[in-house]
Amino acid sequence: MPHPTTAQPESVLRLSHITKRFGALTANDAISLAVKVGEIVGLLGENGAGKTTLMSILFGHYVADEGEITVRGEVLPPGSPHAAIAAGIGMVHQHFTLADNLTVLDNIMLGAEPLWRLTSARGAARARVSALARDFGLEVDPDAVVAGLTVGERQRVEILKALYREARILILDEPTAVLTPQESASLFATLKRFVAHGLSVIFISHKLNEILAACERVYVLRSGRLVAERQITGTSRSELAELMVGRPLPQPRVEPQEPGAVVLELRDVSAHRGALWLRNVGVELRAGEIIGIAGVSGNGQTLLADVIAGTLAPDSGTLAMAGREVAAAGPRRMVAEGIGRIPEDRHSEGLIGDMSITENVISEGYDAAPFSRHGLIDWQAARAAAERAVAAYQVKCQGLDGPVRLLSGGNMQKLILGRVMARAPRVVLANQPTRGLDVGAVAYVHEQLLAARARGAGILLISEDLEEMLSLSDRIAVMHRGHLSEARPRAGLSIGELGLLMAGHTGGGDSHAA
Amino acid sequence: MRLEPRSERSLLLTLGFPLLALLVAALFAALLVMLAGANPFTVFALILKGSLGSRFAVMETLTRATPLIFTGLAAAVAFRAKLWNIGGEAQFYAGAVMTVVLGTGLLPLPAPVLLPVLMLAAMLGGAVLLYAPALMKTRFGVDEVVTTLLFNFIFLLLVSLLLEGPLKDPMGLGWPQSKKVVEAAQLPRLVKGLRLHWGFVLALAAAAVVWFIDRKTVLGYEMRAVGHNARAAQFAGIPVARVIARTALISGGLAALGGFSEVAGLKGNLTLDLSPGFGYTGIVVAMLALLHPLGVIAAAIFVAAVFVGADAMSRSAGVPSYIAHVMVASALLTMVTAVMFTRYRLRWR
Repeated sequence: MPHPTTAQPESVLRLSHITKRFGALTANDAISLAVKVGEIVGLLGENGAGKTTLMSILFGHYVADEGEITVRGEVLPPGSPHAAIAAGIGMVHQHFTLADNLTVLDNIMLGAEPLWRLTSARGAARARVSALARDFGLEVDPDAVVAGLTVGERQRVEILKALYREARILILDEPTAVLTPQESASLFATLKRFVAHGLSVIFISHKLNEILAACERVYVLRSGRLVAERQITGTSRSELAELMVGRPLPQPRVEPQEPGAVVLELRDVSAHRGALWLRNVGVELRAGEIIGIAGVSGNGQTLLADVIAGTLAPDSGTLAMAGREVAAAGPRRMVAEGIGRIPEDRHSEGLIGDMSITENVISEGYDAAPFSRHGLIDWQAARAAAERAVAAYQVKCQGLDGPVRLLSGGNMQKLILGRVMARAPRVVLANQPTRGLDVGAVAYVHEQLLAARARGAGILLISEDLEEMLSLSDRIAVMHRGHLSEARPRAGLSIGELGLLMAGHTGGGDSHAA
Repeated sequence: MRLEPRSERSLLLTLGFPLLALLVAALFAALLVMLAGANPFTVFALILKGSLGSRFAVMETLTRATPLIFTGLAAAVAFRAKLWNIGGEAQFYAGAVMTVVLGTGLLPLPAPVLLPVLMLAAMLGGAVLLYAPALMKTRFGVDEVVTTLLFNFIFLLLVSLLLEGPLKDPMGLGWPQSKKVVEAAQLPRLVKGLRLHWGFVLALAAAAVVWFIDRKTVLGYEMRAVGHNARAAQFAGIPVARVIARTALISGGLAALGGFSEVAGLKGNLTLDLSPGFGYTGIVVAMLALLHPLGVIAAAIFVAAVFVGADAMSRSAGVPSYIAHVMVASALLTMVTAVMFTRYRLRWR
């Protein structure tokens, strides 16, 4: 069973018995851990396990109810980000905090320079940034404007920012969520260089493969408690998964199955919203198959999903359901045509947080029988449908009349599944269906998608999670800058190849170079 | 110091906080009364007596509450769909104008026909007045707070123009007022000899209808969905722009019905002081009622009672009746704060 590490002389950072409560919830329960000089420590846990709370306490955003933090033997004053920075703690957030309209150098200097000095020391700063970039392999043009950088480059800027402020302990919060596999690999290489220079890294993730690839030691958090500490060499993927979730995990089993007729066909579809474009996209989805749409976020997946969901009218091209063209379709028409839509963002698009479970269950069919007649809502029928959805999809809730916003993310997604699947859709559009869910809920969503596939629905799975994509899809296509590659059978695809496609290399002869 | 959402709300909280809010508002008013050199207990007793202490007082309070129920409903309906209709004042006058245009002899109809015609015409006037800003909002993204608010001034000037011109009563001794509506266009009194009229019953019925629309109809569902999360409503296939347009028609119509009721039931003619800001006070009423249509009735009566009672009190206690405005305003502030605390709790650090 778990026990905190004992004192190590070379510990650069120690957290002792950190406890933080939010009302009835104990987000961190007497967590103790230590980080040594020159090591990469993983912090593994599901969403809501308390990782982010713990790091927010370390960085001074929150004040712990109990416990203390020492850096190189000195107590860190609680609640002060300034003290944390002064002590050499650098944080790279999941969502970047860069000013888009400034150059890389300006961003790095921003806030690190005294305000009262008349001449800014740009020359010296540039030299330092270049030296840091060279030493650690963080190549990026200091004069480039941030708005024009790729996500991977922005992350490098964030890391450079921390290094420029002389961070000795670098915290990375889910750093790979927005990266291609190649970019992730290069990040891991960079981290190894850090520790070789005597820095320490805390790597926060819920992805087992990354923890295994990047770290030397890992702490596992579950429900606010530190449940285990392992050396990476002495553990396995399955052991870590079980520690993180608290029980053995079912692996999704994809039964081989012959796909049927084409249920959804997009031909030459172009669309745009603002500066974002979808260009001449074509896809043929057959009954009983899952096509995965991979891609780094922001390459047009959202537009593709919106066109199919009916919330964005394409500029040109055709969309056909079971061979019949569907023109000028809004969301209602798409639902009526048999498209089940699991939206990317369940809070802002999928559900109406302040309305009840019953009201949310009928939101796609409230204006027709059985939910309404002659302009009047039949609340009995609505309640019955809500009861069915809650029972069939195991939504944990305190009652059908409570607002949906009180549900956990997993239960929200189950409710959406209940709403979508009740119509037995011919096509399921699943856009990031497991984003932000805990492992148990992820497994449940996967199970349901596979059940829909077995029933003969065609499923379009848009996801940034490559593991998910590879374990579920029959065929995979990649989006890059608005273009969609041809869907290729998963069997012949490696993560490396996918990564190249995601980075914009068309699947030509050189794609096997990876 | 930060706010954290409460995971559950007990009945005690839901009822306790608003009561506490009124108590705090009363304490604040008491402080001001003491500053004015009077005994707060005497003053409160006088206000209570002046507003609810006699049959006459009660009738007077309900008469004052009647237009506030209409404008309160108008605000509540619109705000629930997040259509920020600040133009209740203009829509109220639009209803009054339609009533005097058609009700001063133009239509020689018997009362059972004429009254419904006037009601519909009034509602149409108010509805159109809010429909335009709603279209500008959904088509061009023009902020309706600005357009509806500015419409108030434009329309009041228009009324002024009408009262100096085409609608001016030739027998009015030069005052800017319209002719009286014909007898068939008058709403009968509820009680003989008192000012309370059938407009009050109409207001109660309007609240019931609004409640019915909200809870039972497809339109009510759509309006709530759009108000709570327009993006999710759009995703689900709810025609957001159409729902906002319909909300505007209903909201504008309700405020205008208040103008009709005030002219046909109480004043008989149109003057520039027909409304002492009923349109704006309606917003306060709606907020106090937490936008609940039946709560609007209670809130309107409360606000009316404070105003009527303060009028009576100032005559005998010598405290300015402006104390009523302070009381209503502080009740609103404390009430809004209380509502926040039923949903969130305050934590230090």
